[in-house]
Amino acid sequence: MESLLLAIPLAPLLGAIIAGLFGKIIGRAGAHTVTILGVAIAFFLSAYVFKVVAIDGAEAINHSVYTWLESGGIKFEVGFLVDNLTALMMVVVTFVSLMVHIYTIGYMHDDPGYQRFFSYIALFTFSMLMLVMANNFLQLFFGWEAVGLVSYLLIGFWWKKPTAIFANLKAFLVNRVGDFGFLLGIAAVLMYTGSMDYAEVFAKAPSLQNETMSIFPNTSWSVMTVICILLFIGAMGKSAQMPLHVWLPDSMEGPTPISALIHAATMVTAGIFMVARMSPLFELSTTALSFVMVIGALTAFLMGLVGIVQNDIKRVVAYSTLSQLGYMTVALGASAYAAGVFHLMTHAFFKALLFLAAGSVIIAMHHEQDIRKMGGLKKYMPITYITSLIGSLALIGFPGFAGFFSKDSIIEAVHHSTIPGSTLAYWAVLSGVFVTAFYSFRMFFLVFHGKERMDEHTREHLHETPWVVTGPLIALAIPSVLAGFLIDPIVVGDFFKGAIHVDQIHDSLHDVREHFHGAFQFILHGVTQPPFFLAMGGLFSAWFIYLRKPEIADWAAEKFSWLHKLLLNKYWLDDFNQAVFAKGARGIGQALWSGGDRVLIDGLVVNGSAKVIGWVAGVVRHVQSGYLYHYTFAMIIGLIILLGWFVWRV
Amino acid sequence: MTDWPLLTLLVWLPIVGGVVVLGVGDKSPANARRLALIISAITFALSIPLWTGFDTSTAAMQFEEMHPWISALNINYHLGVDGISMPLILLTTFITVLVVIAGWTVIQYRVAQYMAAFLFLEGVMVGTFAALDAALFYIMFEAMLIPMFIIIGVWGGPNRVYATIKFFLYTFLGSVLMLVSLIYLYSKSGSFEILDYHALPLALEPQIFIFLSFLLAFAVKVPMWPVHTWLPDAHVEAPTGGSVILAAIMLKIGGYGFLRFSLPITPDASMTLDWLIILMSLVAVVYIGFVALVQQDMKKLIAYSSISHMGFATLGIFIIFMIFRNTGNYDGASMAVEGAMVQMISHGFISAAMFLCVGVVYDRVHSREISAYGGVVNTMPIFAAFFVLFAMANAGLPGTSGFVGEFLVILASFKANFWIAFLAALTLILGAAYTLWMVKRVIFGEVANDNVAKLEDINSREILFLTLLTASVLLVGLWPAPLLEVMEVTVENLVQHSAASKLGPSL
Repeated sequence: MESLLLAIPLAPLLGAIIAGLFGKIIGRAGAHTVTILGVAIAFFLSAYVFKVVAIDGAEAINHSVYTWLESGGIKFEVGFLVDNLTALMMVVVTFVSLMVHIYTIGYMHDDPGYQRFFSYIALFTFSMLMLVMANNFLQLFFGWEAVGLVSYLLIGFWWKKPTAIFANLKAFLVNRVGDFGFLLGIAAVLMYTGSMDYAEVFAKAPSLQNETMSIFPNTSWSVMTVICILLFIGAMGKSAQMPLHVWLPDSMEGPTPISALIHAATMVTAGIFMVARMSPLFELSTTALSFVMVIGALTAFLMGLVGIVQNDIKRVVAYSTLSQLGYMTVALGASAYAAGVFHLMTHAFFKALLFLAAGSVIIAMHHEQDIRKMGGLKKYMPITYITSLIGSLALIGFPGFAGFFSKDSIIEAVHHSTIPGSTLAYWAVLSGVFVTAFYSFRMFFLVFHGKERMDEHTREHLHETPWVVTGPLIALAIPSVLAGFLIDPIVVGDFFKGAIHVDQIHDSLHDVREHFHGAFQFILHGVTQPPFFLAMGGLFSAWFIYLRKPEIADWAAEKFSWLHKLLLNKYWLDDFNQAVFAKGARGIGQALWSGGDRVLIDGLVVNGSAKVIGWVAGVVRHVQSGYLYHYTFAMIIGLIILLGWFVWRV
Repeated sequence: MTDWPLLTLLVWLPIVGGVVVLGVGDKSPANARRLALIISAITFALSIPLWTGFDTSTAAMQFEEMHPWISALNINYHLGVDGISMPLILLTTFITVLVVIAGWTVIQYRVAQYMAAFLFLEGVMVGTFAALDAALFYIMFEAMLIPMFIIIGVWGGPNRVYATIKFFLYTFLGSVLMLVSLIYLYSKSGSFEILDYHALPLALEPQIFIFLSFLLAFAVKVPMWPVHTWLPDAHVEAPTGGSVILAAIMLKIGGYGFLRFSLPITPDASMTLDWLIILMSLVAVVYIGFVALVQQDMKKLIAYSSISHMGFATLGIFIIFMIFRNTGNYDGASMAVEGAMVQMISHGFISAAMFLCVGVVYDRVHSREISAYGGVVNTMPIFAAFFVLFAMANAGLPGTSGFVGEFLVILASFKANFWIAFLAALTLILGAAYTLWMVKRVIFGEVANDNVAKLEDINSREILFLTLLTASVLLVGLWPAPLLEVMEVTVENLVQHSAASKLGPSL
C-alpha cells in the first residue's frame, strides 16, 4: 500500500518531467499521452485507495516516506496521511484533473506551448496531491507553495500578454502575503507543540487551550487563537478570501482549463481543506472560528454582488468562485467542516464544469469573452448548453442538484451556529443565494438565449466543440447532478470520523443530522425553505430582466449608480492596493536607497570621510612649503612659545 | 588516501597551479584555460573525500595537519575542518570549477592571469576556512583581497577603480582591528591557536572590545547593514566570475568568522550585544529588501538581495541567546545556527546562479539595466527556464535550497520573539517581490527591442554550469538531511560552548 501511495503523486510528476524536458522530442501527442497516462494512473489508484480506506473502512494510513532533515531534535519528514478526508480529496483532484487534461487537447490545440502546458498541469496535479496527502506541516507548506508556483506559471502562460504577466506576479505576491501568515502559524505550532507531525500536534493541542502568549506588551492572547488565525491567513491567500481575494479574478488571464482546474476546483480549495484538516486546532478557539466565519460571510456576499456587473464570461464565473469559497469558509467557521468539504467537492464538479463550458463557448466564439456579444448559442451548441444548464442549476442550489445539498447544509449549519458573528453570516449566506441565482442565470440567459449579438463572421462559424471538449463536460455534469446524494454518508453520517474533530458545543450540524430522513425527504423539506424561494427569485429576476425587459438593467444601473460604480470598481480594493502597497513599497525602497544608502552611508560617511581626509591633507600640505626661511621662522616662533611657557610657569 | 595531507593539497594545489597557469602565459590562452579547468577539477575531486571521510559523530577537528611555522611566536601551520568549515570548503572548490567554465570564452583579455587569479583565490579561501591558527587565518583572510582586487581592477567595468578602492579600504579597515584583538589574545594565551582562544577565560570588558573588533571585520565581509555599500559597487564593476566568487564564497567568510571567532571566543559579549546584531540583521532583511525592489541594475538588485539573504545567516547565528532567554532552553538554538549554515551554502549556489545568469545576457547585450531587456523568453526559452527556477529559489520556494535556511531560521526565531520572526518572514513577500518583478520585466513580455530579438539561446557550456547549479539547488532543497547531519554535532557543541559563560579575571 505504501509504494502504491507513493506512485499516486509520482505518476503525474514523471509525466510532467518527461513532457517538460523532452517535449520537443516526444511531440504534442507524446506530451499529452504521457501526462494523461500519469494522471489517469493517479486517478485509478486514488479511486482504489478511496475504496479501501473510505468504503471498506480500512485504518487510516499514516507513514513517513523520508526524513527531509533533522534539526534541534525535531524531525522534518515527508510522509502521507490517508484517511477519508484525504481519500476524498485525492479522488476529486485527480478526477477533475484528468477531465481537464483531456479537455486541454481540444482547447490548446493550436497553441505553440502545448507540451509546456501539459507539463505544468501534470506538475500541478503532483503538487496538489502532495498537499492533500501530507501528514505534517512541512509537506503541507511544500505543496502549498508548489501549487502557487504552478499557478504563477500558468497564469502567465501567455507571457506576451501584459495583463497575464501582471496577473501572475500579483497572484504570487498576494499568496505570499497569505503564506507569510501561514509560515508564522507553522512556527507557532512548532514552538508550542514541538512537532510538525499532524498526529502529534493534534494530540498535544488540547493541553494548550489555556496557554497564552504576549504579542504586544501587556496583552495576553490565547495561543490557539493566534495559531489558528495565522494559519487561516494562509487559507485566506490560497482560497482567496477578502481582502486577499484580489488575485483570483485577475488569474483569469490564464488559459481556461487552468481556471477550471486550479482557480476553481482544486487549488483554491486548499485553504478550505487545510482548515478542515486542522479542525482539532480550530475547535479550540471560538475566536478564531468567529474570525473565519465573518471573513467567509463577507466574501460570500460581497463577491457575489460583484459577479452581477461583470461582462467577461470567465470573470462572472471567477466571482462566483470567490463567493462559493466564502460559503465553504463560513461552513468552517460554523464548525460544519463536513458540510464545507462536501460543498468543496460538489463545487469542484460543477464549477469545473461551468468553467470548461465557458471555455467551450470561448472556443466557439473565437476567443470572444464578452457576454454582451453573445446570445442565442443554445441552438448552435446543444451539449454545451445542457451541461451549462446543469452546472448553473447545481450552482444556485436547485433542489436535487449537487449544490443544493451542500449549500443547504451550510445554511442550516450557520443557522444553528451560536458563535459570535453567526447571525451576520446567516443573513449573508442566505441573501447570497438570491445573488448567486441572479448572476448565474444572467450569464446563462445572455449567453445561450435571447438575440444573437455576435458579428456575422463569428455566427457563421458557430458550431459545437469537438468531443475532447464536450466529453469532459458530460463527465463532469454527471457528478454535478448526482454527487449531492452523498450527503447521507458525508454530512449526516460519520464519514469524516477520525479525520475531522468537532467539539460538542460547536456542533452546528446536529440539527441537520437529527432531521435527516433520506435525500428525497431533504429535497421536499428544502422546497419549503427560504433558500429555495430566494434561488427561484433570483432565477426569475434574471430571466425577466435580461430576456424580457433589458431596460430594467440600464435603469437600475443609473438609478443606483453609486452601487453600480462600487461594484464595477470592485470596492476600489485593487486601486487601494496598487496605490498603497505597490506604490508605497516602491516609495519606501526609493527613499531608503537614495536617502539611506546613497546620501547617508555612502555620501556622508564613506565618501565623506574620504573627503575629510583629503581636505585635511590638503591643508596640512601647505605647511611643507620647502622654503628654508619658513621652517626657520616656525622654529623660532616655536622656541619663543616654549621658552615663554617655561618662564611663565616659573 | 586518508594519510594524504588533504587540506594542504586543497590550499596549495590551486596556488601552485595558478603559478603554472601564469607561466603558460597569454601566448596560449587555450592551454591556460584547459590547465585551469584541470587544476580546479582535481581540487574539487580532492575535496570530496573531506565529505565522504568525515566523521559526523564528533565535534573535534578532523583532517588536522600541524607543523611549527614561526616557532619564536608560537605560530603554527595548523589546518583542520569541522562540520562548519567542511561544507564551505566544498562549496569553494565546486564554485571555482564553475567560474573557470563560465570564463571560458567570455574572457579574451589576459586569460592566463584571469584564470590564475581565481586559482590563487581558491587556495586562499580554502586556507581561510581550514586555518586553525589565528595568524595563518589572518594572513589568508587578508591575502584574499589581493586576487579579488586584481580581478575587479583588471577585468572590471568602467567605474572599477572607485569600486576596487572602496572594496579594499572597507574590508581592510574592517580587519585591521581584528589583528589587534588577535595579538591581544596571543598576549593572554601565549599561542595563536584558535582552539586555545575558545577555552581562554576573559572578562566581559575585553570580551566586548574583542567582539566589536571581530564584528567590524566580519560585518564588512558579510556584509551587514550599515557597512554594506561596498558590495553593490563591487558587484556592478566585477566581471561575472568575480561576482560569483564574491557572492558565493567571500561573503560566507564573514558568517564563518562569527561562528569560528565571535561566538566561541567571546560568548558573554555575544550574549550582551546580541541585540545589536539581530537589529542589524533585521534591517538587512527588511530595509535592504525594499532597497532591492527599486534597483534598475540587475547586478545591483542581486547584490542587495545577497545582503538581505545573508541577514538570515547572521540572524540565525545570534538569535540563540534570545531563544534561551525566552524559552529557558537551547532546543531551538542549534536549529537557528544550522539554518544559518544552510542559508550560507544555499546562497552560495543561488547567488552564483543568479550572477551567472546575468552574465549570460550581459555577454550578449552588454547591459545590466533591467530596462534594456524584456521578453527574453521569446528568444532564449531554455535560459528563461533556468532563470525562473533560480529566481524562485532566490524567493525561497520550498523544494529549492533557498527555502531551507530561511525556514529553519524563521522557525527558530519565533521561539525567541514573535516580532523578530514577523520581520524576518517579511522576506517571503519582499524577496518574491523584488525577484519576480525583475523576472517579469526581463524575461516575460513581448520582445522589447532589437537586442533581445537577436539573442541566441544558451550554448551547451552555459547549460552545463547552470545545470550543475540547478542540481545543487534542488538536491539541497529536496533532501537537506545529509548536509545537516554533517554539521549537527559541531553546531550543537558550538551552541553549548557559547551558552557557557567564560568570564575570567578582569583586566
